[in-house]
Amino acid sequence: MNLGLMFDALVVLPSGVGLTLILTVLSLTAGFLLSVPLAFIRAFGRPGLSLAVLAYTYVIRGTPMLVQLFLLYYGLAQIEAVRASIFWVILRDPLWCALLTFSLNSAAHTTEILCRGLQSVPKGVTEAATSLGLKRFQIARLVTFPIAFRISLPAYGNEVVGMIKGSSLASTVTLLEITGMARQMVSTTFAPYEIFIVAGAIYLSLTSIAVKAMQFLERRLSTGDRPTRRRKARLRPALPDHEITTTPLP
Amino acid sequence: MGGFTTQFAVALTVTISLAFVSGCLGTAFGLFLAISKGTAQPRLNSVVTAYTTVVRGVPELLIILLIYFGGTTLASKIAGRYVEVNAFTAGVIALSVVFSGYATEVFRGAIAAVPAGQTEAAKSLGLNAWQRWVFIIGPQMLRLALPAYGNLWISLFKDTALVSIVGLTDIMRVAYVGAGSLRAPLTFYLAAAALYLSLTTVTLLSIQLAERRYPALGR
Repeated sequence: MNLGLMFDALVVLPSGVGLTLILTVLSLTAGFLLSVPLAFIRAFGRPGLSLAVLAYTYVIRGTPMLVQLFLLYYGLAQIEAVRASIFWVILRDPLWCALLTFSLNSAAHTTEILCRGLQSVPKGVTEAATSLGLKRFQIARLVTFPIAFRISLPAYGNEVVGMIKGSSLASTVTLLEITGMARQMVSTTFAPYEIFIVAGAIYLSLTSIAVKAMQFLERRLSTGDRPTRRRKARLRPALPDHEITTTPLP
Repeated sequence: MGGFTTQFAVALTVTISLAFVSGCLGTAFGLFLAISKGTAQPRLNSVVTAYTTVVRGVPELLIILLIYFGGTTLASKIAGRYVEVNAFTAGVIALSVVFSGYATEVFRGAIAAVPAGQTEAAKSLGLNAWQRWVFIIGPQMLRLALPAYGNLWISLFKDTALVSIVGLTDIMRVAYVGAGSLRAPLTFYLAAAALYLSLTTVTLLSIQLAERRYPALGR
């Protein structure tokens, strides 16, 4: 162990944190925006459409992200029409390719997560909303989605952590985020231990912060906790709690 | 595709054996850690927690790079001359570490989900600790863990692609070489994607079969 080198790495590597965060945040945002309509189609859409969305998520979730990244970055160049089109400016750039791959990947994962959340919204809630005269879009926006989002939050936290870790694949298409910087440093210093351990520590702190943030969000958005229940009880103390009601002994 | 079909066939066996060996090692180690976390003293408990936190919070690619390049440096230092760690060995170690980190959490959750009354009943029947594990907690815990455990295998198959970056000739590596030499990257990466998709599909189907055969008890 060379502590001097580790210190060097600790000074150099944080300059890759920016790119890692950009890749993660933009892909998560794009993926989320794409996944909301897809999740609704997957959960409540017509069978044909639902199956189409399932095919998309199945293929994306069933293949390694590395293959997808190489398909976009190296593979698309084989088609002459792609190279001639205006999209070539985007598809030629490793950053855009990485962003596109990560977004599509995140969208597939988030769609499945949100779909499970949407399906576990109690039927009575939507029926109550219908009986209040809300339209279908209003029900989706005001009732179904907020409840489903809250249900899917723990699983979505895993997806956020997975995306931070997945962004390390960008180093394979020459991008210099944390892993890319670390690999470059290793190739000049020949000290893999020190530098990769420092890089790992940086990733660990990023994922820990993400986990803490998601837990905070979960606590903020959670309902049916003690504080709210207590407030309710203060307003209407007459009815006993469900758990306390005594059942006749057999 | 030319002569790459046979290469893909060989690479497929490499990928499968890499996944299989690291999956089995990871399962054994994860089971061991989960059991020791459930029973042992708090000191060991926090060590296991630290292990799973670190493994699950660091990119798999970084762990593979660390073990491959770091392992080479370490082995060279010990041997006194340049020794290169085999990419397959490095891959097995790295993927076992990753798998065990996740498996520990899965098994720990499943152990905690077995009702405490089961252990108490087994104790009252006079079974010793070993018998309680093998006959009472083990079978119930494995059934509870099965769905999450199956997902681990699927992501393990996908993670094997990362070992190609340190030079293992698996599916991904053959696709990379073929794409370069025949100048047909789209064809080769699509072939690789299809192979990986069939591997994960087979895994998914066998897990579903196992789930139907061994459903969680009492649910």
